[in-house]
Amino acid sequence: MQNTTANDPANHLSLNAEHSLKYHQAIRREKTKALMLVLPLLFFLIVFFITPIGYMLYRSFYNPTVANLAPKTTEILGHWQDLSKLPSEESYKTLSYELKQLQKTRLSGKFAEEVNRRLPRTGSVIKKTARKIKKIELDKVENYQQLLLSIDEKWGKPEIWTGIRAAGDKFTINYYANALDYKLEPSGKLVKQPEEMQVYLPILQRTFMIALIITVLTFLLGYPVAYYLSLIPLKKASVLLIFVLLPFWTSLLVRTTAWIAILQSNGVVNQTLLSLHIIDKPLDIIYNQFSTVLAMTHILLPFMILPLYSVMKGIDPSYVRASQSLGANPFKAFIQVYFPLSLPGLSAGALLVFIIAIGYYITPALLGGVDGQLISNLVAHHMRSTNNWELAAALGSVLLILIIALYWIYDRLVGASNIKL
Amino acid sequence: MLPAYYSPIRRVWYYALRGIVALVLLFLIFPILVTIPLSFNVEPFFTFTEGMLKLDPEAYSTKWYVEFFLDQKWNIALKNSFYFAFMSTILATVLGTVAAVGLASDRMPFKPLITAILISPMIVPLVIIAAGMYFFYSAIDIVGSDIAIIFAHAILGTPFVVITVTATLAGFDKSLLRASSSLGANPVTTFFHITFPLIRPGVISGALFAFVTSFDEVVLIIFLADPDQRTIPRQMFSGLREQINPTILAAASLLILISILLLFSIEILRRRSESKGMFNNE
Repeated sequence: MQNTTANDPANHLSLNAEHSLKYHQAIRREKTKALMLVLPLLFFLIVFFITPIGYMLYRSFYNPTVANLAPKTTEILGHWQDLSKLPSEESYKTLSYELKQLQKTRLSGKFAEEVNRRLPRTGSVIKKTARKIKKIELDKVENYQQLLLSIDEKWGKPEIWTGIRAAGDKFTINYYANALDYKLEPSGKLVKQPEEMQVYLPILQRTFMIALIITVLTFLLGYPVAYYLSLIPLKKASVLLIFVLLPFWTSLLVRTTAWIAILQSNGVVNQTLLSLHIIDKPLDIIYNQFSTVLAMTHILLPFMILPLYSVMKGIDPSYVRASQSLGANPFKAFIQVYFPLSLPGLSAGALLVFIIAIGYYITPALLGGVDGQLISNLVAHHMRSTNNWELAAALGSVLLILIIALYWIYDRLVGASNIKL
Repeated sequence: MLPAYYSPIRRVWYYALRGIVALVLLFLIFPILVTIPLSFNVEPFFTFTEGMLKLDPEAYSTKWYVEFFLDQKWNIALKNSFYFAFMSTILATVLGTVAAVGLASDRMPFKPLITAILISPMIVPLVIIAAGMYFFYSAIDIVGSDIAIIFAHAILGTPFVVITVTATLAGFDKSLLRASSSLGANPVTTFFHITFPLIRPGVISGALFAFVTSFDEVVLIIFLADPDQRTIPRQMFSGLREQINPTILAAASLLILISILLLFSIEILRRRSESKGMFNNE
């Protein structure tokens, strides 16, 4: 950075207003020019990267499915005041007509599923009602409440109606409640799920723990390597750095494949241990948390070593020598002088490893088995298997908020532009 | 040899440090070392057979490589991988280089914020990007199109280009630009005759990073691609989940070969630019 104020012509009193104006125009032109150069990429990112993520955030609390499938019912139930009493006869009539229509267009299943998601054990009632109502000529019915009651007596209780009403809300925090193991009751009350029913909080916790363990392991393994590399001559260091850079450049899938070959029940590790008679039956070291942590530590280790090495290379060895000549023993000199000087590299590496680890998907998906699945795997599961996109979006948003907070810290401590490659 | 005045503790520490470093470096390289010989296994397993351990030539074969090149699925995947990587690299390199030149200007307004945004595709987890893009691309109806994947991969590649080009520009003498324009060159001429030749190493290594990013990427492909848009990593991913067979190891070994080539090109570029004093590494 140049110090522009020192030779800033506008600061010279001898300059007249016209010069000052020209100077400011020139500055503005340069600003515009710089902005114009950045604009194409910024625009591209805003449209195809930030908008999609924003859209996902929106989807996590906006779900118009039920309101679109049964618009009239949703509207009438919106006027329903006393939730402890049954809704009006008009509600029964409207729902009957709309259910019949949905059954004709084969959308009643979707409707039932959405309501069921909001209030369990109501989907089957709705499906059954839709099936039976199809054969009834609704125009000739006199009492719609009795009609529905004759199909299933649950229509005689307000509960199922509160479910439909709640599912009709276009905007809801229901999915966030679910993502954090709360239940949003149709009355609007938040209830924490009993411990044995909790799914997401334990996995969130596990993701944090695993990311933390991986960060500590990469530190323990990476610190000595970076330290050693920073001590030896540059020529030798750049040869040894190939050991760090080659895995860094090798495809993630390749490294995960290799770990499967190494860890599987008749893989390299088990074969060796069996032939040396150290064990007599293969160890279970794959498709669990252990293999996930091991492979991810391997994959993320270069992200720790490289920033550490680049900081340690710049530490002047005379500091440590000075502290030793002043009477510190080597251990004390290391802890009190060298280690604090290496902290910028450590914080850069540790934050990067932690940020990448908590969002990891591929390695846990392939090596994690049941107990090695992380939060990303759940997002993917709800996107692809259960088709509960809203819940996937809510879980993704929780993860995203964590990442943004960490990225903000990283930007403050290290600076986003200081990522070294 | 160690100096004679070293205390015993210091001697132990000297060897311990080297021992630890050797073990960690071995840990880093071990999976790569294992993959290559296993891909020449004559048996359809992921394990070393007895014959292989005795170095019996009969136990080795190149048949998985033959299979890799003959199998239509792998062929399509290979073609797709190169196509998507190539197209997205061009897009990422052009946009990223131009943006980095703007970003390097001292007069750039909102510099920290814009930098943070331009780097963010590196930081946001792929599953979140994939989910967001899937929602959004469904809404504008481009899921399963080539353009969707090229754009998605280009976005992942741009931070690398921005970072490497910005690094080269940090050592850039701006008076060259003023000299060029005072001699009558317009900004475009100045860019192609002055700026570009000087930042070329950064542009090329950024492009290589973008290429590898796309070539390796699998999460976005899983979410956004049609079956006929499968890439090599996607094919490996489903192979590992469904039926493990050494063709995957042959593919893996070929990818290792590509990464070795790329690593050396990057290092050569880095040295060349360092010797010119252009690549600011600190």
